[in-house]
Amino acid sequence: MVHGMVQSIPFLIVIIPFGLLFGVVAMEAGMDILQVMGFSILVLAGASQFTAVQLISENTPAIIVVISALAVNLRMAMYSASLVPWLGEASNRQKAWVAYSMIDQTYVLSIQHYEKYPRLTLTQRLAYFAGAAIAVCGPWMIATWLGATLGNAIPDDMALDFAVPITFIAMIAPMLRTPAHLAACFVAIVAALLFAGMPSGLGLLVAAPLGMMAGAYVEVWTEKRRKPA
Amino acid sequence: MSGGYSDLQIWIVIVILGIGTFLLRWSFLGSLGNREIPEWALRMLRYTPVAVLPALVAPLVTWPAATGGEPDPARLSAAAATLIVGILTRNVIAAIIAGAGTLALMLYLL
Repeated sequence: MVHGMVQSIPFLIVIIPFGLLFGVVAMEAGMDILQVMGFSILVLAGASQFTAVQLISENTPAIIVVISALAVNLRMAMYSASLVPWLGEASNRQKAWVAYSMIDQTYVLSIQHYEKYPRLTLTQRLAYFAGAAIAVCGPWMIATWLGATLGNAIPDDMALDFAVPITFIAMIAPMLRTPAHLAACFVAIVAALLFAGMPSGLGLLVAAPLGMMAGAYVEVWTEKRRKPA
Repeated sequence: MSGGYSDLQIWIVIVILGIGTFLLRWSFLGSLGNREIPEWALRMLRYTPVAVLPALVAPLVTWPAATGGEPDPARLSAAAATLIVGILTRNVIAAIIAGAGTLALMLYLL
């Protein structure tokens, strides 16, 4: 568990400023501190929280707010499926905790760890996930609260909009180690740019499976070449 | 209160969004249990992170909201620096620092 916590530390340089920013933005949109914390504790999903607050402040109908923010989170269902081979044996209670704390950072860190050390026991896998969750989700909530209370003391010229893209690229780049991984990444990027015009979240839902198929296809193809029948 | 939203309406949005997000996260992990997953599906699922995150990021890099959707040399070079350093060093912190440094430098220079 300590391992998971330690390896999560780099993400704090993004999580903390982003949590602060969410606190500030949500207060500016007219919410009270309980509501701001409600978002960060009950929803616990950065990108969709920003989406929801933005749409609420524009007075968008609630149903559209909910649908758009959920669309942003649809990728979590793909994460959920890809964790089954690793955590499928866990108890229902443990799975519920994993589901609650499943964000991009905890998910990617854990799956990288599981792939690197495939012989870990279920307990060790769950402990790693829990460590990452405590180290990332806790600071997210605290930073939100600080942002909401400190408010405008935070400078807004920090180009924070780009903190998330940079972290995500930094998380993925070290994983691009085989032709199959490169193919999955490349196809997903091209498809995402082609389908960028689709309503929020939907382009991703087409692009990501295409990338995954490309990865699987290249994997089969490389295996066949390596050992000719 | 901002616009037409009452406190209660905001809470309803928060609770529904919380439940919906939890169900998305729980979906496969919670319902499939330890049933066998077919080989072809496992093969695809292995590429989930390297397909989902790049697909999520690509439009944000190409058409950043902060510049009104105009491609921006500072953000493009920051993304490239992050990627290159990440692939070469296999180190997340080094990649983040390279990206943030490049962005700060380019925004300062341009």
